Amino acid sequence: MTSLSRDDVANLARLARIEMSDEELVNLSKEFTVILDAVARVQEVAGADVQPTSHPLPLRNVFRPDVVVASLTPEEALSGAPAQEESRFRVPQILGEE
Amino acid sequence: MIRNSAAEMAAKLNAGDITSVELTQLHLDRIASVDTDVHAFLYVNNEGALAQAAEVDAKRAAGEKLSPLAGVPLALKDVMTQKGVPTTCGSKILEGWRPPYDSTVVTNLKKNGIVILGKTNMDEFAMGSSTENSAYGPTHNPWDLSRIPGGSGGGSSAALAAFEAPLAIGTDTGGSIRQPAAVTGTVGVKPTYGGVSRFGLVAFSSSLDQAGPCARTVLDAALLHEAIAGHDPKDSTSINAPVPQVVAAAKSGDVKGMKIGVVKELNGEGYQSGVRSRFEESLELLAAAGAEIVEVSAPNFEYALAAYYLIAPSECSSNLARFDAMRYGLRVGDVDGASAESVMNLTREVGFGREVKRRIILGTYALSSGYYDAYYGSAQKVRTLITQDFNNAFEKCDVMVSPTCPTTAFKIGEKSNDPIAMYLNDIATIPVNMAGIGGMSLPAGLAPEDGLPVGFQIMAPAMQDDRMYLVGAALEAALLSKWGAPLLSKIPALAGA
Amino acid sequence: MALTYDEVMAKYEPVLGLEVHVELNTNSKMFCGCSTIFGAEPNTQTCPVCLALPGALPTVNEVAIESTIKIGLALNCSIAPFSRFARKNYFYPDMPKNFQISQYDEPICVNGYVDVEIETDEGPKVFRIEIERVHMEEDTGKSLHVGGATGRIHGAEYSLLDYNRAGIPLVEIVTKIVPGTGKYAPEVAKAYVAELRDILRSLGVSDVKMEQGSLRCDANVSLRLIGVETLGTRSETKNVNSLRSVERAIRGEMIRHAELLNKGERVVQETRHFQEDTGLTRSGRSKEQAEDYRYFPEPDLVPVAPDAAWIETLRAALPERPSIHRKRLQEAWAVPEKEMAAMINADVLNIVEATVTLGADPVKARSWWLGEISRIANDKDVAIANLPITPSDVAEIVALVSAGELTDKLARQVIEGVIAGEGKPAAVIAARGIKVVNDDGALMAAIEKVCAEQPETAEKIRNGHLPAAGALIGAVMKETKGQADAARVRTLLLSHLGQGE
Repeated sequence: MTSLSRDDVANLARLARIEMSDEELVNLSKEFTVILDAVARVQEVAGADVQPTSHPLPLRNVFRPDVVVASLTPEEALSGAPAQEESRFRVPQILGEE
Repeated sequence: MIRNSAAEMAAKLNAGDITSVELTQLHLDRIASVDTDVHAFLYVNNEGALAQAAEVDAKRAAGEKLSPLAGVPLALKDVMTQKGVPTTCGSKILEGWRPPYDSTVVTNLKKNGIVILGKTNMDEFAMGSSTENSAYGPTHNPWDLSRIPGGSGGGSSAALAAFEAPLAIGTDTGGSIRQPAAVTGTVGVKPTYGGVSRFGLVAFSSSLDQAGPCARTVLDAALLHEAIAGHDPKDSTSINAPVPQVVAAAKSGDVKGMKIGVVKELNGEGYQSGVRSRFEESLELLAAAGAEIVEVSAPNFEYALAAYYLIAPSECSSNLARFDAMRYGLRVGDVDGASAESVMNLTREVGFGREVKRRIILGTYALSSGYYDAYYGSAQKVRTLITQDFNNAFEKCDVMVSPTCPTTAFKIGEKSNDPIAMYLNDIATIPVNMAGIGGMSLPAGLAPEDGLPVGFQIMAPAMQDDRMYLVGAALEAALLSKWGAPLLSKIPALAGA
Repeated sequence: MALTYDEVMAKYEPVLGLEVHVELNTNSKMFCGCSTIFGAEPNTQTCPVCLALPGALPTVNEVAIESTIKIGLALNCSIAPFSRFARKNYFYPDMPKNFQISQYDEPICVNGYVDVEIETDEGPKVFRIEIERVHMEEDTGKSLHVGGATGRIHGAEYSLLDYNRAGIPLVEIVTKIVPGTGKYAPEVAKAYVAELRDILRSLGVSDVKMEQGSLRCDANVSLRLIGVETLGTRSETKNVNSLRSVERAIRGEMIRHAELLNKGERVVQETRHFQEDTGLTRSGRSKEQAEDYRYFPEPDLVPVAPDAAWIETLRAALPERPSIHRKRLQEAWAVPEKEMAAMINADVLNIVEATVTLGADPVKARSWWLGEISRIANDKDVAIANLPITPSDVAEIVALVSAGELTDKLARQVIEGVIAGEGKPAAVIAARGIKVVNDDGALMAAIEKVCAEQPETAEKIRNGHLPAAGALIGAVMKETKGQADAARVRTLLLSHLGQGE
């Protein structure tokens, strides 16, 4: 039986960039005990001899010629921006790496 | 008029009995009168639709050669981008966003002169089986307004059943076209993965998502299928091969000598009695039409649901990362001194609904280091096993069949607090997505115990989509002659009508 | 108590690891058709794909794949018969999808090497740098930090994002750990990056301009006590954007690590940023909360499985390795080491070679390009390659000089004319009326005239004092307005005065 603690869920929420209240974290950790139990069934048949499938179709080597096509205009590109300045997307201060 | 099939409407447009503007206006009027109750639409594009219709009328008047469905109206699931028209995916996080580009499906619709009435309601980012997860309120099943219309494409199927549109576009990741079709008494087709371009389809689970046609008849679905399908260089996973002859198949409906495989594991326990009896009756009709009914087994299908609820959340946790309040959509918490990171966190808290968050967290977990092999990796192996099951079964039959869903439409609110019970709705539809093959649902009649529609599912090998239409047309014809009128003629009148 | 480099080396052995990111010079981006031209107005080279608008899908640039395979082959790698793109998931505002399409456990090229030669105390020595992998990925957008005192990220009030660079094809070249370089570690690293740059340039796959960021190096450094097997904790220095900085950054990190270790402190595994002004590194993001990139195969793209025929076609078309090529030219041309270095530094080796290929004498070709043409390029402050004079122009001029139809002095005028845009050499000669006077009759007239004017000098020559000839030759040249061939004048003059052979 797999379970996720409140703190485990909090760490996942941090990785997924979703703010969560304590109540939500506790609820999700409870739900996950049930859900993970159900989905863990995949391990019953996933033997080492079975190849994984990541694409439903056996396609290979699908390429595009190196040709420039028209971009959006800056107005179109920025049309959905919550904030903009000087043809750039304006975003709150970025912390961390430079 | 609005109760006609799309093919009949097209014939009348061709004959000059009606113009596309008139036909479009009739549907807009119908939407205005019944959609308060049904809530199939999130956005109705009155001016845009009429302008498009006028353009088709002008071309027709000028004697231009038009596509078979030119001038016929259609409802578009709100997961497809249409330039300048709001696209929300049923989510608050995209409220007000107007894409600066057309999806390839929309490009194809416009090219064919199909008039886009507006955008239909759906479970948020296509995650759900009831349309209750829409941030803009649920859609109601026109057969019984207290019940769900299926999901995630409940808006599209309800629009068809309520005669708000004769055609609709859906997308199907685990059954989101077929299950709504089943519970509303309409036809829905999930083409082979790669048959219809995903460019402009807002991704939920990239390796499973597939857009397809929704209609009230098998032939209408085939006509729409041909209009939207085909290779698209903008989608690397698009099939570069001719589109199967689905319209010809839908017109033929000849199943003599075809082997129809009944999937042993998708029947029996857990399936409502009326669902089973309608399914059996359909098999008898197909046998009477000359098909041979055989039983096939797919032992790994029982793991499909578990694998699906690992693969789809994993891919969605990555696909939905772009909704971060930086470039478009909702932005919450942008106060003085706030950091980009805190704005992302707050926006995603407020902008996403419960089910979406649940799946993002689940997917984040399934992909995280140390758990990848046990969850995502194992799920991909199950996918291989399911594909093998299909391959083995298709050695014994030409198509496989099953009920589309275990039950008829349930009540709104009945399962919304039980995710596992909700997930079980998709048990018969998910294997098709896992293998990337084609699946169709068409009406098999009403369950005697509740008088609600039952869906019959047909599954065909990859790139053999025409086979579903052959069998679907045969069954539809047999049922029609048995009933004397289409199933939807039995639908209760809506208050506004 | 700063340690000297020698003190560090007396006690520790450095272990290197180098990651080089190269922007490919394709016309369009890695996954969409937007242009890659450097320096365009903000957000003019963006589309639904590279802005990560909902619904957009990536498509792979074929030339980017081809370039990456070429790089792999040039670095002696095996080309994987099956490779895949993977998503590297992490949130950062300059990365629109909040995942980077990269490669993870199935890179396209693996297991190669590059040999670099450096001068050691014992003479020239070759070090083999083993390559672990070469893989494809995409660049991020650029952020401009506004407000705050420094204009840097810290203290900024908000940021402005430009996604023109987002999605430009990047190739990452990762070495295996490099032990055994001892005190030469900084020089080996520099020589490796230089060699890589030359190889990439010879392949024509990248601009390889470190100062513009089209070639960027991250240097991993760790120290271990001499004789110890276990690796020490490494730091990763980013932002190293010149060859000299590679050397300085590594030397600096070695000293910094040694000082920490000597004090009994531990080296923190972290990202550091190189500061060009001080030559020191500064701590960047600490990795206390480890990122979990949750790699998985990119479901929107299909695998890359280059067939053997394609690979062999690319292999057959590979240019000679720059270092081998240089050695071969040096031998063929018999050029001293110093002049060879001068040509490499002036970036004219390829141009000189092209000129020689067109038939010019190597010494002459070299001296025109390194001399007169370099001088003009310097004056005009443009790269030699950007001057409007081609190897074939120079080859033609060299040929005219050796045929005696131009003098060196006239040739300079022709070069000047070509660069000034007056046309090809023949056109310049015609238009300017440049002509060598090699009509012996006309020359003899001038010689007789000069001898008559300077009888004393002529007499000296007649008496066997040959050095005096210079003055008369100069006078003849003046008489013929510099258009005479000086060698011919000398022959005729000496013969006229009875000194011919």
